Amino acid sequence: MSEINSVGIVSAQTAHFSAPLTLKSGSVLPQYHLIYETYGTLNADKSNAVLICHALSGNHHVAGKYSEQDKYPGWWDNLIGPDRPLDTNKFFVIGVNNLGGCHGSSGPSSINPLTDRPYSATFPVVTVEDWVASQARLLDYLGIEQLAAVIGGSLGGMQALQWTIAFPERVRHSLVIASAPNLTAQNMAFNEVARQAIITDPEFHDGDYYNHGVVPRRGLRIARMLGHITYLSDDAMGAKFGRKLKDTIKYSFDVEFEMESYLRYQGDKFAGEFDANTYLRMTRALDYFDPALEFGGNLSAALAHVKAKFLVVSFTSDWRFSPARSREIVKALLDNELSVRYAEVTAAHGHDAFLMPDSHYHNILRAYLQKVKV
Amino acid sequence: MNLPDQAPASHKNVINTNIRSDFALITNWVSSNAKVLDLGCGDGGLLTHLHHVHTIRGYGIEKDDVNWLAAMQNGVNVIQMDLEDGLSGFEDHSFDTVILSQTLQAMHNTERIVQEMLRVGREAIVTFPNFGYWRNRLQIIAGQMPVSKTLPYEWYNTPNVHLCTIHDFDDFCKNHNITVIERKVITDTNDVRFMPNWFGNLAMYRLRSAK
Repeated sequence: MSEINSVGIVSAQTAHFSAPLTLKSGSVLPQYHLIYETYGTLNADKSNAVLICHALSGNHHVAGKYSEQDKYPGWWDNLIGPDRPLDTNKFFVIGVNNLGGCHGSSGPSSINPLTDRPYSATFPVVTVEDWVASQARLLDYLGIEQLAAVIGGSLGGMQALQWTIAFPERVRHSLVIASAPNLTAQNMAFNEVARQAIITDPEFHDGDYYNHGVVPRRGLRIARMLGHITYLSDDAMGAKFGRKLKDTIKYSFDVEFEMESYLRYQGDKFAGEFDANTYLRMTRALDYFDPALEFGGNLSAALAHVKAKFLVVSFTSDWRFSPARSREIVKALLDNELSVRYAEVTAAHGHDAFLMPDSHYHNILRAYLQKVKV
Repeated sequence: MNLPDQAPASHKNVINTNIRSDFALITNWVSSNAKVLDLGCGDGGLLTHLHHVHTIRGYGIEKDDVNWLAAMQNGVNVIQMDLEDGLSGFEDHSFDTVILSQTLQAMHNTERIVQEMLRVGREAIVTFPNFGYWRNRLQIIAGQMPVSKTLPYEWYNTPNVHLCTIHDFDDFCKNHNITVIERKVITDTNDVRFMPNWFGNLAMYRLRSAK
C-alpha cells in the first residue's frame, strides 16, 4: 500500500455515554463507551460527515496507522484519504467500534464499571438496530445532525441500510456494499457452526473464560477458518493456492497443502487478537437482522419511510452475500421510487472483494462520492 | 449489451444523425413527470434529455461497465443488469413508459423483453433500424450483408442478432396481442410516410398491451 494519499498517523478517541440504552432484546445498558477515529475535518455546517460501519471482525481503525512502525494500516485504508475514493479533503470520516466489540468499545471483554470485572457472558446480545442507535448517539456527541453518507460492506452494509430506516432524516446517502436484507438459512448455518466451535471449546467456560485465565482459542480458530472459506470464491482459492503442496506428500495430518497453511495462519492470527464472546455476538447480529420481518416479509414496506439516496454494489463471485440478495434491496428501493444506483462488479475475490482496491469498483465509489453534496 | 471488441462501447454513439431525431420523437411520446425506464440506457443521454424537457422520474438499465459508470456520472439512476434475464425486480405497471431504443435487434430474448416491457410499463417505446430499408435490400441483392449508418457492423462483428423489417415487427405485434398506439418511420431526420418499409431506416413504435 502506497503511503501517498494516506490519512497518515491517526489516534483513537473514546466517547462515554451515561444515558441508558435500551436494546432490541429489552436489556438495558446503563452506560457504555464507544471508541472511534476520525479523518479529515468537520466543516462549519457539519454537513460533510461520513460514517463507516464495520463488518464481523472490523473495528474503528479504518484508515491510517498509529505509528510509522505499524505493519498494516486500518482495514479500509485503500478507500480513505486525500484524493482517495472517499476523499478526506472533502469529507469528515468517522470509524467506530460497535457495541459488543473487542477493540475498545463496551463489550464482553471490557470492564463493567458496576462490577469492576469484565462483562464476559453478561454483556447483552446486541443487534444491528442497537448499533445504529448507539452510532446516532455518537453523532449527537460530535454535534452532527445529519450524515452526508453512511458506508458499509457485508454486516456494515446492513447498518448502512438500517440507518436509512431508523433515521431517515439523518442520512442523505447510503452505500450498501456486498450486503443483504437478511441472511439466508445457509448463511446462518455457517454462523451456527462457528458459534458451536467456540461454545463447545472446553476453555469457553460459558463465556466466562476471562476469569479462568484462558481463551477458547481452538473454537475461535476454527470459526475463523470456516469464515475465510466462505469469504473467498472457489476460483479465488484455486488461483491463490490450487493444490499446491508445502513440501512433498507425507501421508500425515500436518499441513500438506498451501491452502491449509493459509487457513491455519489466519485462524491462529485471529484467535490471538479477537474475543470469542464478541464473535458470538457479531454473528448473532447478522442472523437477527431482518427489517422486513415486522412487515410480513415485505422489504418494500420496511423501507416506506426511507429518504436517502442509495448506491448498492455487489460482486459476481460473492456467494455468501450474492448479487441476488443485493438486487432484493434494489427492488425494494425501486418499489419506493427512491434514488438508487446498482453496480454488479465482476470480481474473482468472492465476498472479500469489497475490501480490495479493484479499479472499477473504486471508480464507482469515487464517482458516486464526488456527486455527494456537502 | 455485449459488443465485440472492434465495436464502440455503445452502439448508440455510432448513429448520431439518428439519435437526435430519435430523442426528439421519443420525447413527444413521454408525458411530463412520467416515470420512465430506459433499457440499455448507455451513458444516460436519453434520460438526461427527457429529464430536462419533462422532469421525468427516470431509471436506466445498463450492463456495460463503462456505460454504467458514465450514466451514473451523468446523474442517472442506473441499475446494472442484463436485459436478457428479463425485468425481474420490476413490478407490473410500475412505470409509465419503458423504452428500448435501438437495442431490440441486439437482443437474444427478443420476444421476452418486449413482453417484459409491456408488463412493467403502461406503455412501451421500441425503436430499431429497419432492415427493409432500400439500401439494405440493394446490398443484399448485390450479394453482401448490409453495412450502413444504422447498421455500422460487418457480419462477423455485429452485435445484431435479430434484425427485422417494419413489416416483420407489425406482424410481431399482431401475433403477440400488442396494440400499436403510434408508429413513426424516419430516415436521418426526415419523416417517411411513403412506403416506409422501403424508405425508412429507423422505425419507432409506441406500444401497449392489448389485453
